[in-house]
Amino acid sequence: MEFSFTEEQKLIKDAARDFLEKECPSDLVREMEEDDKGYSLELWRKMAELGWLGLIFPAKYGGSEGDFFDLVVLLEEMGRYLAPVPFLPTIILGGLSIQSAGTEKQKQEFLPKIANGELILTMALTELDLNYDAAGINIQAIREGDRFVINGTKLFVPYAHVADYIICATRTQNSGKKEDGITLFIVEGKNPEISFTILRTTACDKQCEVVFNRVKVKEERILGKYHEGWTILKNILEQATIAQSALMIGGAEKVLEMTVAHAKNRVQFGRPIGSFQAIQHKCANMLVDLDGAKLATYEAAWKLAHGRPCTLEVSVAKAWVNQAYQRVCANGHQIHGGSGVMKDYDMQLYSRQAKAAEFFLGDTDFHREIVARQFDL
Amino acid sequence: MDFELTEEQNRFKREVSEFLDKEVTEGVIEESESGLGYGPHSWGLMRKLGAKRWLAPSYPEEYGGLGLSYIYRYIVHEELDYRNALLVIRGLGMIGVDMAGPIILRYGSEELRREFLPRIARGEIDLALGYTEPDAGSDLSRIAMRAVEEGDDFIITGQKTFNTGCHFAQYHWLAARTGPDAPAHQGISMFVVDLKTPGITISPLWEMADKRTNEVFYDEVRVPQRNLVGQKNQGWYYMVRALDLERMISTRHIERLFEELIAYTKTTLKNGVPLSKDPCVRQKLVDIAIEINVARNLVRRVAWLQDKGIIPTYESAILKVFVTELYQRIAKVGLEILGPYGLLRKDSKYSVLKGMVEHHFRASFAPTIGGGSSEIMRNIIALRGLGLPR
Repeated sequence: MEFSFTEEQKLIKDAARDFLEKECPSDLVREMEEDDKGYSLELWRKMAELGWLGLIFPAKYGGSEGDFFDLVVLLEEMGRYLAPVPFLPTIILGGLSIQSAGTEKQKQEFLPKIANGELILTMALTELDLNYDAAGINIQAIREGDRFVINGTKLFVPYAHVADYIICATRTQNSGKKEDGITLFIVEGKNPEISFTILRTTACDKQCEVVFNRVKVKEERILGKYHEGWTILKNILEQATIAQSALMIGGAEKVLEMTVAHAKNRVQFGRPIGSFQAIQHKCANMLVDLDGAKLATYEAAWKLAHGRPCTLEVSVAKAWVNQAYQRVCANGHQIHGGSGVMKDYDMQLYSRQAKAAEFFLGDTDFHREIVARQFDL
Repeated sequence: MDFELTEEQNRFKREVSEFLDKEVTEGVIEESESGLGYGPHSWGLMRKLGAKRWLAPSYPEEYGGLGLSYIYRYIVHEELDYRNALLVIRGLGMIGVDMAGPIILRYGSEELRREFLPRIARGEIDLALGYTEPDAGSDLSRIAMRAVEEGDDFIITGQKTFNTGCHFAQYHWLAARTGPDAPAHQGISMFVVDLKTPGITISPLWEMADKRTNEVFYDEVRVPQRNLVGQKNQGWYYMVRALDLERMISTRHIERLFEELIAYTKTTLKNGVPLSKDPCVRQKLVDIAIEINVARNLVRRVAWLQDKGIIPTYESAILKVFVTELYQRIAKVGLEILGPYGLLRKDSKYSVLKGMVEHHFRASFAPTIGGGSSEIMRNIIALRGLGLPR
């Protein structure tokens, strides 16, 4: 057993924090909430220069061969600063999908460009019923000669409006098990047959409705095997879920730090409010939640990085992080008092984004269901 | 990070597990469920573990251990906790091996080490905690029992309460006031006292879970100077450190109960459908499953800190709060699933799961109080973990 980061991971963490502290102030987060694109191109390019976008890819595709846990360390820091960049959609949903299932040609075509910041990717997965299970993938891709035609609507697709490529999960076979007959396509994003509507959300993040209107895709754009997309997705979704949990624990830690700082500084009744047990015990509960959430995330990430089976650990982590982050934010708000609800203060940035994060890649009930199945309930 | 035991540690775990499958006999279980403390079967198991040097494997070899890292003690602790679910919180030999022993090892005289550590490690003796007094519960700095120096001895007079284990342990791990004029925290000393010394009266108190604890009265009890642990008037610091060590609580007794509940819900029908398929029951069990997984890492972290030779502070407070409160939640969920059957004691007509849930329910109130209440734990987390002002 070992509960500390490696020296290399500590370096990644420190470097990421130094960089984001300078380059990603909360004003940038506020600005990007109002921005049409919703991300900072400058920040994205700098991340590419620092090698973050290729951290996990093999060297021959322009990467630095980090492991999944290194990525989690980096994501935690990005979550701490609510970094407004399409990192998770591009690197994990897009890049790791291609790395794990792509042909050599596809890898050569996409990975180096992802690593150097030239391409933004995302994944069109959920539809109107917002189900992350195989049964939730129903839009059709129908073979017409040497091409496929995709028709249908995807919902809550992150950063689709700026994506150069969208990995679209489609149904290519309607009989048999729901897990069979799913095919992934790498679709060009800037395509007149695709229309986007940016959804206006609590978090002011850029989640989109994506309508595929007879989008034609060549067979060579299939990612992985025909009808066998779910085996890729299952893996990628586990990785993405832990990546999302990592972003969330980073945010939760920042909320706790801001709250403790506020409790130490804010004086009422002649004493810092942090000296009152009513406040102290709320803060203690926040740390209990945070530490539990962190360790659950690290356990799943470590198992993923080492190729251990971890379906249970991934869902335990997301289910717990979802709940813990909400409680941390609720306590944070209560202790921040009036200032916490003001737009000029950062507390409300975190609580709004925490709520959106809770639903992305499976809400608590979704992951409870997976845990239940692990115990054959 | 690494969330797994080494191959060597796993092998040790398997060996301990196979050994305990054989040696945790019906007799041991009965004694543990009786609430009376160790009887002949428990002492027998202690000595067998001791003979293999498995009771205190992380003690240095010269004091009866194997000189292994703390993880090995943690492994034994977990395996005991899993099989002795009803001993609840304190596994076999915990006060001696985990609390008093490490303090004696670190601060005690060589004479004291030689006298006590090998016997603790061999499972020949155990100690009982002697901290709490009627007016010194959460505020242990108010300990009033007086120890006055007289020649080569201390003369100790006063009252302790809730001192579990005094009726079967041989020694008292006793905190008494030696510096009445010093500030409260700086006038306490620790002693190891033979509980058969004249002037000690032990009388039983009964917990709602039918577990025996004690009031202990000292009437001019003569304790030799050499039984003073470490330095005079430094007892508060030793006591607090030992408490940090006491908070090494395993989740295994909860896991055991969880497994029993899962099995029960799969085999019990309601309207022709297994309870395990009832959405309300499922959600309750799933939430417990998630929390057990979260708790297990909080336990592992503390074990790892101790393995590194670091005495955990706020980390063990987090662990204690989480695990003891989880224990109350699973007892509550268990009763909700069993309904009125859950009220039936082991020996009652119609009792289910051998009255296990019923007993756990009654036993679940004390752990959020003993060893530092949840409120004190949250104070520690806030003050020591987060640096909030007093």
